Amino acid sequence: MTDSTVATLLSVDALTVELPLATGLRTVLHDVSFTIAPGEALGLVGESGSGKSMTARAVARVLPPRAQQQGVIRFDGRDVHRLRGPALRAFRGEVAMIFQDPRAHINPVRTVGDFMTEALRTNRSVKRSVAESTAIAMLHEVGIEDGTRRLRQHPHELSGGLLQRVMIATSLLTEPRLLLADEPTTALDVTTQAEVMAILDELRRDRNMAMLFITHDLELASAVCDRTAVMYAGQIVEQRQSSMLHDDPLHPYTAGLAAARPRIDGSTARLVAIPGRPLSAFEAPTGCAFSDRCSFVEPRCRDARPRIRPLSDGLVRCVRAEELRGELGAIVHG
Amino acid sequence: MGDSPVSVAEPLVKVVGLTKRYGDALVVDDVSFEVAAGGSLAIVGESGSGKTTIAKMIVGLVAPTAGTIHACGHDRSHHATSTKVRRRRGGEIQIVFQDPYSSLDPRQSGFDAIDEVLRLHRGGSKVDRARRVDELGSMVGLDPRQLHALPRGLSGGQRQRVAIARVLAAEPQLLILDESVAALDVSIQAQVLNLLADIRDQTHISYLLISHDLAVVRQITEDIIVLYRGRVVERGATAAVLDDPHHEYTRLLRASVPHAGWRPTRRAAPPVP
Repeated sequence: MTDSTVATLLSVDALTVELPLATGLRTVLHDVSFTIAPGEALGLVGESGSGKSMTARAVARVLPPRAQQQGVIRFDGRDVHRLRGPALRAFRGEVAMIFQDPRAHINPVRTVGDFMTEALRTNRSVKRSVAESTAIAMLHEVGIEDGTRRLRQHPHELSGGLLQRVMIATSLLTEPRLLLADEPTTALDVTTQAEVMAILDELRRDRNMAMLFITHDLELASAVCDRTAVMYAGQIVEQRQSSMLHDDPLHPYTAGLAAARPRIDGSTARLVAIPGRPLSAFEAPTGCAFSDRCSFVEPRCRDARPRIRPLSDGLVRCVRAEELRGELGAIVHG
Repeated sequence: MGDSPVSVAEPLVKVVGLTKRYGDALVVDDVSFEVAAGGSLAIVGESGSGKTTIAKMIVGLVAPTAGTIHACGHDRSHHATSTKVRRRRGGEIQIVFQDPYSSLDPRQSGFDAIDEVLRLHRGGSKVDRARRVDELGSMVGLDPRQLHALPRGLSGGQRQRVAIARVLAAEPQLLILDESVAALDVSIQAQVLNLLADIRDQTHISYLLISHDLAVVRQITEDIIVLYRGRVVERGATAAVLDDPHHEYTRLLRASVPHAGWRPTRRAAPPVP
């Protein structure tokens, strides 16, 4: 991961975001750093208020108005925050985003065809007939066979799973190099989720498209992403190879998340619940943000905010990470 | 509890041939099941499988097209015809919905919401009721400040605790949990699942869990029925059905749950029961 010969498509370096409120600035992201290589999938896992969606919005340059941003986001070497005019328009084609609720992101009174071809027709001056056949070909790729009919339909005529596939197909029409997927399967049934994930996985491999996959589901992220970053209270607390997260967690919060989830292959009398509730960055205590909920807390954890640092094959933001290593795995599998 | 106690051998809820039709659409098709007194049954299925319609028919929010519902020693197949019957039914079966943000009155504190149910169903002096509200509050893990806060001052998990304390105030024999933990964060969901297990240990209440989440189902139920397009396609002990599903649809559901080493696959056309 630290190998500098590996090309980087997206790099986020010490990103901090504050939102203006009547009472002053409120921190929502604190010192977030990660990179994504071309064709790589990075999972971003966390609970409400952890900042995972805000991270994607910062990358896509769609932060709320008057948000204050520090740190640098580079896409293909260019500082995203400084893009203007044609460069910004080109960037919008290269980075696509899909959301949890497709129905909230499509105009209900326009046809699917109008929605799908809009970007090609307005930004790339492609003729409607050409844009439509491109759209039909893309619908075929996501498993929708009767594309001609679908283009004439309105969003309300499509099921949630079908509409999410339309959104995926649309996001791919401009041939993006990075897809920001914000909980794209959370509102779908499990069988539909499996199908949509399979489609995303295939497309990503075929097109060497990178993906930032945001989810609250640690197991789902582990299954489809090469690396996963776990967020808590606006910070990344652990980042490593997805396959290692569950068996050998480095941060107490990761272990807590994995242990709190009920298992499909067995039940226990009581789940190992994390006490308290997930905090947003501005509510987090000084020192370690997780310290108030952590069962391994020591006085020194509250002294200063821990820095994220390398351990084993990953990164962790916990001063006790080395001494806790075996113990955390035991929580998950105990 | 109530005027006609249920004998031990008799199931708490017995549903036979339950059917609901809206126009040409057959939403629930000849569904039968029982919930044992003190037992816990899961109804599992995806969108449109009819699971919530079944819950609504048992509570009495929707009238069945055909079939019978017998619960807590009384017939429930038809709408209540008097306030007395309606109130008795409220004391027998209660329901907790998925969304803790829309199931509470935004202008009523948890304390007042719980007290209102006590006044309607249990009576007692103001002092007695206040003591009972505090008991229920501590049972679900709400402190006095949270009990007196309006819903907007509470998190999703805290609101769901208020909703649970409120339904428990009626001392129901059956609690219907309609996706009640689905919208909660993972760490909060674990707390609420533990709470539900504790409540069953302490009160011998029965649960009917409506869910699409097989791991949650495994954690808090003993028995399961799997619905597909309004029909029961598989039933049995929860652990047995999840470990060794027989119906093609149950297998598909089971295989769709992400786990270590899972590779998502595009499926063929959905099976028809």
